[in-house]
Amino acid sequence: MLGRLSLSAIPLDVPILVGTFIGVVIVGVAVLGLITYYGKWGYLWKEWFTSVDHKRLAVMYIILALVALFRGFADAIMMRTQLALAYAGNPGYLPPHHYDQIFSAHGTIMIFFLAMAFMTGLFNFIVPLQIGARDVAFPFLNNLSFWMTAVAFILVNVSLFIGEFSQCGWLAYPPLSENQFSPGVGVDYYIWAVQISGVGTLLTGVNFFVTIVKMRAPGMTWMKMPVFTWTAFCASILIMVAFPVLTVAVALLGLDRYFGMHFFTNDGGGNQMLYLNLIWAWGHPEVYILVIPAFGVFSEVVPAFSGKPLFGYSTMVYATCSIMVLSFLVWVHHFFTMGAGPDVNAFFGIATMIISIPTGVKLFNWLFTMYKGRIQFHACMYWAVGFMITFTIGGMTGVMLAIPGADFVLHNSLFLIAHFHNTIIGGVYFGYICGMNFWFPKVMGFKLDETWGKRAFWFWFVGFYCAFVPLYIVGFEGMTRRLNHYDNPAWHPWLLVAEVGAVLVMLGIACQLTQLYVSIRDRNLPQNRDVTGDPWNGRTLEWSTSSPPPVYNFAIVPHVHELDAFMHDKENGIDTRQAGAQYEAIHMPKNTSLGLACGIFALIFGFAAVWYIWWLAAIGLVGVIGSVIARSADKDIDYYIPAEEVARIENEHTRKLMAQAAE
Amino acid sequence: MSNPHTSSSGESHGSVSSYIIGFVLAVVLTVLSFGVVMSHSLSPAGTLAAVSALALVQVLVHLHYFLHMGGDSEQRWNNMCFVFTVAFVAILIVGSVFIMNNTALHMMSR
Amino acid sequence: MAQNTTVQTAGHDEHHHESPVVFGFWVYLMTDCIIFGTLFAVFAVLRNQFNGGPTGHELFEFGGLGLETALLLVSSITYGFGMIAAHKSQVSKVILWLGVTFLLGLGFVGLELREFAHMIAEGAGPDRSAFLSAFFTLVSTHGLHVTCGLIWIVTLIAQLMGTTEIPERMMNKLTCLSLFWHFLDIVWICVFTYVYLASMI
Repeated sequence: MLGRLSLSAIPLDVPILVGTFIGVVIVGVAVLGLITYYGKWGYLWKEWFTSVDHKRLAVMYIILALVALFRGFADAIMMRTQLALAYAGNPGYLPPHHYDQIFSAHGTIMIFFLAMAFMTGLFNFIVPLQIGARDVAFPFLNNLSFWMTAVAFILVNVSLFIGEFSQCGWLAYPPLSENQFSPGVGVDYYIWAVQISGVGTLLTGVNFFVTIVKMRAPGMTWMKMPVFTWTAFCASILIMVAFPVLTVAVALLGLDRYFGMHFFTNDGGGNQMLYLNLIWAWGHPEVYILVIPAFGVFSEVVPAFSGKPLFGYSTMVYATCSIMVLSFLVWVHHFFTMGAGPDVNAFFGIATMIISIPTGVKLFNWLFTMYKGRIQFHACMYWAVGFMITFTIGGMTGVMLAIPGADFVLHNSLFLIAHFHNTIIGGVYFGYICGMNFWFPKVMGFKLDETWGKRAFWFWFVGFYCAFVPLYIVGFEGMTRRLNHYDNPAWHPWLLVAEVGAVLVMLGIACQLTQLYVSIRDRNLPQNRDVTGDPWNGRTLEWSTSSPPPVYNFAIVPHVHELDAFMHDKENGIDTRQAGAQYEAIHMPKNTSLGLACGIFALIFGFAAVWYIWWLAAIGLVGVIGSVIARSADKDIDYYIPAEEVARIENEHTRKLMAQAAE
Repeated sequence: MSNPHTSSSGESHGSVSSYIIGFVLAVVLTVLSFGVVMSHSLSPAGTLAAVSALALVQVLVHLHYFLHMGGDSEQRWNNMCFVFTVAFVAILIVGSVFIMNNTALHMMSR
Repeated sequence: MAQNTTVQTAGHDEHHHESPVVFGFWVYLMTDCIIFGTLFAVFAVLRNQFNGGPTGHELFEFGGLGLETALLLVSSITYGFGMIAAHKSQVSKVILWLGVTFLLGLGFVGLELREFAHMIAEGAGPDRSAFLSAFFTLVSTHGLHVTCGLIWIVTLIAQLMGTTEIPERMMNKLTCLSLFWHFLDIVWICVFTYVYLASMI
C-alpha cells in the first residue's frame, strides 16, 4: 500500500534533522497562522498563486530563490564547519552518510533552485517590460513553470524529513548512483526533483524565446534590443537546447534504477562514461545559462551608474552570441581525466580557451563604459565592480583548468571547487543581487536601503575570498573535494580560514535580510519612494512605466526609435507613455488555478514514484494530464480591461508625475 | 506553421494533391530503403549509405509536403529554429560517438 | 497543448502580430527533437553492447516493421485530409479524419506493444543488455509520443463534437497537433532506418 515508505524512513535518530524539523514546523505554523489571522488566504490565492501576471510570478520566483539560498547556504556552512573540525583524531559532527547528502543537496539546490529560479524571476520581471510587451507569449505556461519549479524544491526538502537525499554529488554519477550502490530513496528524490523542475525550466525557455522573437514593440529591431533581453534570449536558446539532454540523461539513470536497464551499470554492457558525456553536454551550457543573464544585468547597471551608454553594444551582442554557440563545444573539459586521447582533449581544451576571448571583450566593454563616466558608487555598482574583479580571477583559473595536462593534476580537487564558486558566486550571484538592487524599485515602488546593501556587499566580497582562496591553496596541495575527514596538518589552518569566510558570508546574508527589512519599514520615506518610475535615470523601456507597473504594463505600446529607447525619448522630449492619448480596452489573460493543480499532482507523482507507491503515482500522473486537458477545454481564459479603467490608472500616474515635477 | 487565418501571409496548408504527391514519394522511398536492405544487393557500407541517403530525402519530403516548410519570410524563424536544432543534434551525436569511441579505444574497454 | 492565452502587443496601427501558439509549439517540438537526438546518440554508442544476448539482426523482422511504417505513413495523409477539411470548416469531416487517424495510430501502438511483448517473452527485454535498453527506450519514447498524440486526438474530437465552426483557438490546436503528428513520422523515418534497417544489414 505504501510501497517502501514506513515509519523508519523518518530520521528520528539524527538530532540535527529533528531540530531542523521542529524549527521548520514552528516557522511554518507561525506563517500559516499569521496568514489565517490576517485573512490573507483569499488574497494570496487570487492575486498570487493563480496569477498569470509575469510581474507577480517574478516576485514568487525570487522569493523561492531566496528560500533556496537559506537552505543551500545552511548546507554550505555545515560542510565548512565539518571540515574545520574533522581533522586528525576528531571525526567532526557529521557522519559520512549525512555529510554526503549535504554536499549533494547543496549543489542541487544552489543550481536548480537558487540560481535558476532567481534568473527566471529576473527574466519574468524585466524582459516583457524591456521589449514593450504586455505579458509573455504564454502566460499560463509561465504560471505552470513556476509551480513545477516550486514543487520540485518542495520535493527536495521533503527528503530532509522523510527518507534521505542523494549521496552521489549534485550530478549523481553512476555507477555510485545505480541501485547496486545506492539502493535507498535518495537518488530517486534527486531524479524526480530534477525532472519536474526541468519541465518548468524548459517551458520557461520556450516561453521567453517566443516572447522575444514575436512580441517586441514596434520598431525594436534586433540591434535595438536591450542587452539584458539579448542575454535572456541567448539563455533561453541554451535552455531549450541543453535541458532536453539533461532530461534524457537523468531519465536513463531512472530507467536503470526502476527497470533494471543497463545504460550506465557496471554489468550488462552499460557505460558510465556515457552518463558523464550526456550530463555535461547539458552541464556546460547550464553554467552559461546562469552567467549570461548576469552579464546582461551588468550591461544595464554599469551604463546607468556611469551616466553613459554601454560601450560597444554590438560587440556585446556578438560576444554573447558567440559564447552561446561555443558553450556547446566544450563539454569534455569536465572529464578530461575520463580516458579520452590527446586529440579529443586537445580539441575541447582549445575550444574552452577560446571562450575567454568573447568574455574578455565583455569585460573591456564594461570597463570602457566606466572610463570617463560620471560614476555613482551606488550599491549596484559595488556588486558590479566586485564581479569584474572576482570573475576575472575565476575566469583565469578556468583557463588553467582548461589545459588538459594541468587538469589531470587539479581534477576533482578543491582547486576546482574554488574555481567554480569563483565564477558562480562572483559572476552569477553577484550579478543577480546586483540586478535585484537595481530593479527592486521597479518591482515594489520603493528603493532598497543602500547602507545595508553596501554592508552586505563587503561581507560577501571579503567572505568570499576568505572562504575560497584557501581552497585554491589546499587544492594545489592535493586535497580532493567531498572529503569528510583529513589528517594533513598543513591543510587545517587554511580550512579554519575558510570557515571564517563562511561566517562572513553568513553575515552578508544577514545584512541582505536586514536590508529588506529596513527598506520595507522605511518604504514611505520620500527619499525611498519611487514616484516617477525612473529612479536611476534609466535607459530602457521598463523605466518608462510607473513603479510598480500597472497590470497591463503599457497602456499604449511604445514605439522604439533607437537603442536605449527610453533615453532617446527623454533626450528628444518624446513622452514614451503618450499620456492623455485615446486609451483602448486592453485584452488580458485571466488567472487560473490549473497551473497550481498541475504542480500539486506532479508533486504527488514525484513523491509516490520515489517511494514506489504506484497507485498514488497513477493518481498524480492522471491528475497532471487531466489538468492540461482541463486547461485545453477552459473557455474562460481572457478578459478586457475597459478603456475607462486604463485611463483612470494612467491619469493617476500622470498626476503623480506632475506633482513630483512641481516640487 | 503560422496562424492559418492570416492566409494573406502566403502560408500554404497543402492541398489534397500535394498531400498525395508527398504520400506517394514517401511510400516509394520507404519501399526503396526496405528493398535495399532486404535484397542484400549492396555491400554493408553501401547499404547503410543508401538507406541514409533515402532517409534524408524522405525527411525532406515530409518536411515539405506534410509540415509545409518553405522559404517564405513568415517562416524564417521556424526554419532557423529547425536548422539550429539539427546542427545541435549533429554536434551531440557526432561528438558523443567521437568521444566515447576514443575513450573506449584508450581505455581498452571494448 | 494548453498555451492558448495570448496577448496582443502590437498597436492596432502596427502589423498585426500572429498568434504565437503555433510558433511556440514548433519551438517546443524542436526541444523534443533534441530529446530524440540524444536518445539516438545513446543508441549509437551502445548499439554493439549485446552482453552475449541477441542482436538486432536476430530480433527484428521486416514484416512487423513494414506494417508499422505503413500505418504511420497512412495516418499522416489522413491527418492531412483532416487539416484540409478544417481549413474549409467542415467539422464533421474533420472529426471523421481525426477518427481514422486515431485508429491508425492505435494500430501502430498495438503492433509495437505486440512486438515488445514478443521480445520480452523471448528473454530479450530491456534489462537483457545495454543494446536492448537503448533500443526499448528509443522506440518506446516514440511510441509514448504517439500515445500522447492519441490522447490529444480524442480530446480534440470531444471538443469538436457538437460545434459547427472552427474558431481560431481550435484551429491553432489542430495545427499544433498536425505538426506533432507529422514530426513523429520524421522521427520514425530515422528509427526504422538507423535502429531497425541498419541492424538488419
